[in-house]
Amino acid sequence: MPKRTTPAAPPGILAREPRATPLGPHARALGDAQRLELYYWMRLTRTLEERLVALYKQTKVVGGLFRSLGQEADAVGSAFALERRDILSPLIRNMGSMLVKGATPLEVIRQYMAKGDSPTRGRELNIHFGDLDRGFVGQISHLGDMVPVMAGVALSFKMRREPRVVLVYVGDGATSTGAFHEGLNFAAVQKVPLVCIVENNGYAYSTPNPRQFAGEWFKDKAAAYGIPGVQADGNDVLAVYDVTRAAVERARAGEGVTLVELVTYRRKGHAEHDNQSYVPPGELEWWAAHNDPLDRYVARLTSEFRVPAARLAEVDARVQREVDAATDEAERSPMPEGTDALVGVYADPPVVPAEWYREGVTKAVERHERPASWGTSGGE
Amino acid sequence: MANEITFLEAIREGIDEEMARSPEVFCMGEDIGAYGGAFKVTEGLLAKYGDARVLDTPISEAGFVGAAAGAAHMGMRPVVELQFIDFISCAYDMLTNYVATARYRAFLPCPMVVRGPSGGYVRGGPFHSQNPEAAFLHTPGLKIVYPSTAEDAKGLIKSAIRDDDCVLFFEHKYLYRRVKGVMPAGDHVVPIGKARVAREGTDASIITYAATVHKALEAAEQLAAEGISVEVLDLRSLLPLDDEAIQATVRKTHRVLLLHEDTRTGGIAGELCARINETSFAWLDAPVLRVAAADVPLPYSPPLEDYVLPQVADVVRAVRHLLAW
Ligand SMILES: Cc1ncc(C[n+]2csc(CCOP(=O)(O)OP(=O)(O)O)c2C)c(N)n1
Ligand SMILES: [Mg+2]
Repeated sequence: MPKRTTPAAPPGILAREPRATPLGPHARALGDAQRLELYYWMRLTRTLEERLVALYKQTKVVGGLFRSLGQEADAVGSAFALERRDILSPLIRNMGSMLVKGATPLEVIRQYMAKGDSPTRGRELNIHFGDLDRGFVGQISHLGDMVPVMAGVALSFKMRREPRVVLVYVGDGATSTGAFHEGLNFAAVQKVPLVCIVENNGYAYSTPNPRQFAGEWFKDKAAAYGIPGVQADGNDVLAVYDVTRAAVERARAGEGVTLVELVTYRRKGHAEHDNQSYVPPGELEWWAAHNDPLDRYVARLTSEFRVPAARLAEVDARVQREVDAATDEAERSPMPEGTDALVGVYADPPVVPAEWYREGVTKAVERHERPASWGTSGGE
Repeated sequence: MANEITFLEAIREGIDEEMARSPEVFCMGEDIGAYGGAFKVTEGLLAKYGDARVLDTPISEAGFVGAAAGAAHMGMRPVVELQFIDFISCAYDMLTNYVATARYRAFLPCPMVVRGPSGGYVRGGPFHSQNPEAAFLHTPGLKIVYPSTAEDAKGLIKSAIRDDDCVLFFEHKYLYRRVKGVMPAGDHVVPIGKARVAREGTDASIITYAATVHKALEAAEQLAAEGISVEVLDLRSLLPLDDEAIQATVRKTHRVLLLHEDTRTGGIAGELCARINETSFAWLDAPVLRVAAADVPLPYSPPLEDYVLPQVADVVRAVRHLLAW
């Protein structure tokens, strides 16, 4: 490894030096192909989000756009620790986790463009979608709610003696909700096979950690629930993988819940509209220059693991092709028909009747009323 | 116009004036301080009043709504922001069990305001577009206000802050920057519980509130071209309802359309219809009709949202139907 030469961070900013974490047992067991696969998922996450930004600027994205720039390692490395049969529930910065679990760029782009053949048929936004077969449950906006829900998924595995593990993500901010507390406590008492990842990215919207939580680290919350709390450098994909894999194996062995804190940083605003005026000057630049998870992983792959740069370039080219193809296909997708809205509220009856004044109206409205300025002006 | 301000600025001006007027008034909510709130309603208040009176909270709706009640018992006047009104469900227990019953069961006052951006027509999807007012209409002890004009937004937020009970103040986000008004001079206060005739008419009445007031006015304009004269009553306050104003318009036009953006079943139109039936049955020349959102969670994609929410064309059709009765 080359000697690190990170200069001292300017005073008053949130800066965290990359930690020199030695390779843990699980990370050591990864082969060349798996290490390259991790790179592929991280690169795909970043490139796909960059494509979404381009589509957003062309006003083809309906609603807000959420980035995970600088957090690709935490999403990808943690999901990579699961097996095919395991289930996760992502949050808004976990597109990478979903991709690892089998979500496709085509689905993500269709979803952001509100297309009729998107995974939610245009009913939900951004990466709010799931697929039980592939092993991910879609989130709702209300923060913390997925913790009890995923505790229940884990409970079903325990009851049926299925050797499957559940992973649920929350942000530093979401740990302040009642639902987080109730779900984690329930899971701990029931000793279900659940891993709860707290992605500590420094901010919840504009709120920095000290105004969210009076403790020092989120992993310290675990002790009060009687479960282990562990922590890793969230921008070191191998460290993330290692710590999550250990928690997953512990859960699979019937030893119960682990809280894993991944320390990372949110480089973009809460959503694309947020200008980050509350971030001290120099902070974003510091993270981009000195603690970017992709840069760090590329450096490690090429030096420590002797991966030729050309191999990485091949992956980049493959990612580019896949994202291009997905974009073209998503652009050709149709918007939903208005009346699709009436289907599927209940199993029985399958369709809600149309209002009497809409009889014979098959298009959304007779006169399309959408002013040019429509679109949310706030965040998620 | 030079001194015109937006609906959003009108709310800010109202809060600002009340904070200046009484030191007990303070604001709490997520990202409301330096950031000024997700929609910037509280922008500038931190700089003016300091962080002792403009508090950024953790993401704990039950926590800070409950804390507002405690502070209100002690004589403070908290104004709590929900980042989106959709998150009021997280504080439902506090509001309906604790706050709403406090005066009745324990003689404890709860002079507090719970406010936040509500409503659809903005492609916000199922969790950033809700209209949960009816869930609270059924809770004696709470008041509910839902303005449609900038003047009323200011006058009503001031009344809400001065009210001695808990007021839920809904701010339709579609109106935030689209609706503007010139504020009346001086201490402009609009009483809670009083409706407003938004347009005079003689052939039929549309009773509505919030964003659909503007849909009703647009429909009335179209119908006027056909020679149909429509009166539009803007309720402004949903709890308490202005029965006098409701009766007056029913007895004037004899034909009533109830219009709201909330879903149809269990929506406020049902309560309005019952009251009209009880008090003014003999004055009706046609059954009371409803235009409301379809009974589905509000979807995100534009064609779906447009289909589910009431549109001007629906209102026009329904009024024609009333007239043809
Ligand atoms: C119960 C609830 N309250 C408020 C919000 C609005 N909101 C959405 S994301 C967010 C900040 C989340 O911060 P964090 O949990 O740290 O996740 P991050 O965005 O940093 O990944 C807020 C306040 C919400 N979605 N749910
Ligand atoms: Mg965060």
